[in-house]
Amino acid sequence: MTRSYQQHFEPIAPRKPPTSHTGAMAWLHRHFFDGPFNSFLTILFLALLLWAIPPVFNWTIWYAIPNADNEACRAAQGLGACWGVVAEKGRLILFGRYPYAEQWRPLLASSVLVVLLVVSCLRSFWRPSLVLAWVLVYAFFFALMRGGFAGLTPIETERWGGLPLTLLLASVSLVVAFPLAILLALGRQSDLPAIRTLCVVFIEFVRGVPLISVLFMASFILPLFMPQGTSIDVLVRVLIGMTLFTAAYLAEVIRGGLQALPKGQVEAAHSLGLSYWQIQRMIVLPQALRLVVPSIVNTFIGAFKDTSLVTIVSLYDLTGAVQLALGDADWRKFFIEGQMFVAAIYFIACFAMSRYSQWLESLLNTGTRRQ
Amino acid sequence: MSTPPPPKRQWSWRSQAFRGLLYQILAIVLLALAIAYLMSNTFANMRARGIQSGFDFFLQPAGFGIGESLFDFDSSQNYLVAYLVGLSNTLRVALVGLVLSTLLGTLIGIGRLSHNTLVKVLCTSYVEVTRNVPLLLQLFMWYFAMTELLPSIETPLKPMTDVFLSKNGLQYPIPVWEAGHWGTLLGMGAGVVAASLWKRHARLQFEATGIYKASLLPALGLFVAGGVLGWLLGGAPGQLDIPELTEISVVGGGSVSPEYLTLLIGLTVYTSGYIAEVVRAGIQSVSFGQHEAAVALGLKRSQELRLIQLPQAMRVIIPPLTSQYLNLIKNSSLAVAVGYPDLVSISSTALNQTGRAIECIAFVMLIYLSLSLLTSGAMNIYNRSVQLKDR
Repeated sequence: MTRSYQQHFEPIAPRKPPTSHTGAMAWLHRHFFDGPFNSFLTILFLALLLWAIPPVFNWTIWYAIPNADNEACRAAQGLGACWGVVAEKGRLILFGRYPYAEQWRPLLASSVLVVLLVVSCLRSFWRPSLVLAWVLVYAFFFALMRGGFAGLTPIETERWGGLPLTLLLASVSLVVAFPLAILLALGRQSDLPAIRTLCVVFIEFVRGVPLISVLFMASFILPLFMPQGTSIDVLVRVLIGMTLFTAAYLAEVIRGGLQALPKGQVEAAHSLGLSYWQIQRMIVLPQALRLVVPSIVNTFIGAFKDTSLVTIVSLYDLTGAVQLALGDADWRKFFIEGQMFVAAIYFIACFAMSRYSQWLESLLNTGTRRQ
Repeated sequence: MSTPPPPKRQWSWRSQAFRGLLYQILAIVLLALAIAYLMSNTFANMRARGIQSGFDFFLQPAGFGIGESLFDFDSSQNYLVAYLVGLSNTLRVALVGLVLSTLLGTLIGIGRLSHNTLVKVLCTSYVEVTRNVPLLLQLFMWYFAMTELLPSIETPLKPMTDVFLSKNGLQYPIPVWEAGHWGTLLGMGAGVVAASLWKRHARLQFEATGIYKASLLPALGLFVAGGVLGWLLGGAPGQLDIPELTEISVVGGGSVSPEYLTLLIGLTVYTSGYIAEVVRAGIQSVSFGQHEAAVALGLKRSQELRLIQLPQAMRVIIPPLTSQYLNLIKNSSLAVAVGYPDLVSISSTALNQTGRAIECIAFVMLIYLSLSLLTSGAMNIYNRSVQLKDR
């Protein structure tokens, strides 16, 4: 028996059109009320914001005292922030115990350092003369800060503090650590067992202990290492400690780049008859470093934040200087405002660096990126 | 087939092997010379300054009290016990911090991937703020909040009944140990045994018939049921040690100091920002095709998460998570800045009292090194269980 397919054609009822995918309501629906759980989250977080924003706004802006008026600050305490603390103590926070009249020197020195840091971030300046520029700027920085010539009063390093100290510690610990880290990373990949073992032991040891213990070592044990009668400046000791610490972390970052390199590159270089150092300098490092530039910037962010730990061995960097600056009885109550000011400086610097590392990643990926 | 002749060892400058050997000997000799030089300087300096050396001071009475410790400590006990107190305090804050920051970090990491813009923005700003401000500064801010902004002990905050939060820290009720609690423990033990039997049964059945039986939730249920049953059989002991507010202090109950709270909150907030990024990267690393394939197989969303997404994400998450755990343990040494008596702060007190810098610092480094090795060892074992099994 055959069925006739020549039956009357009867279309099914048309489906309802989809809920509008354009317009404000659809946008709200898609982003905030997409299902019961998301709606719950939206309402919860909105309630949280409504609860938190008015007091925060009142404290930071509405009832805040912008000028350094201690009486007014005391009256407004608990209601509004006393940003006057920054106006009153700003220079002490930024430059630590550096003599007040001479504070143009740290200002100039750190400005030059910041300019060079920014310049070093731009790819068109990545050339050998940059190394020379760093050497010159460091010489300038130390000479200007230290003084003792051309009518500049000599200033002991233990009076250096605040922002210049933070910048100095962070940049030196990275700039000096960088070549050391390359050697350590190459040593760790080396075929020579003794050299490999030495590098592995150093790297794993440093990465296994907290920075504080390294800094304690630098400030208590390093003086004992010096020949009798010689003493070594506390700033230099801390710099040595921080540099060795950063070098170990950086070495692991660079090792990541070395391991990611295909073996054929080295084999090809060998077959061309290049020597070990030629291979590393011309074939391996340029490719490996390019792979890990973003991680190197991340290490730098870490080093920048880690400089705050020198506070514990009595150097007054930004974190230490704010503790020092707000120590007096009049302004002690407004600690949190001063700390927020310093936190904002750290935040802007670190945030800018992390954005820079993302930008760099896309810039350097051109060779391997698919369009 | 002819094998190539073995390379002849050449004792000449042209042989790579010979040069390698030479470099290594040179490196070792230089290192030994440097160490010998530094050691001789150190001994000369120590003689000149009259510094004694040796680890014998560990058995002398410490002579200082410790603000808080898990077990009783008084100043007549020796330095070794003081170090143990410090270590226990470090572990107390680090272990709780590990658990809390993992939970918070996972939530925030998932939140960053939410379709809900509000949730995404808030989670992203949390991560950016916590990661871009130094931990030490965050600790100082929390410490200020704990010691200046919280109300004094006479008028504490009461977030829950019988929980007091004030400048004197946090006081909370704890259960009093009674004989009946043995019943709870025994019940939990029985629950564990029953759960493992159930898991084995589910696995065997799956292997024999291919029928899948849930094992995680029933196992948890068995454990909890065992505990409750044991508690009831033990006579349902329910006596609590409840803290009481007196004129000047809070007595009784469990208590943690403001320093402990500062360190715990600071470490948790800071590390959870990093863990959130690790979790986010792990989830994003699972390719979209996996989701499509799971949907095509007809898996439910929960099955997809549990069977497809999570195992693959874990592979990417575990190694960086390990290094975050190690960082948290090492960062707990910042306790010294807020006056919490952890290992480093006990050691620096000992250093100031005895003057034996080398011994004290070396001992602390040794302990942290072993803690780091233990943690990474444990995480490596777990890592091996989630890694791809290839031949």
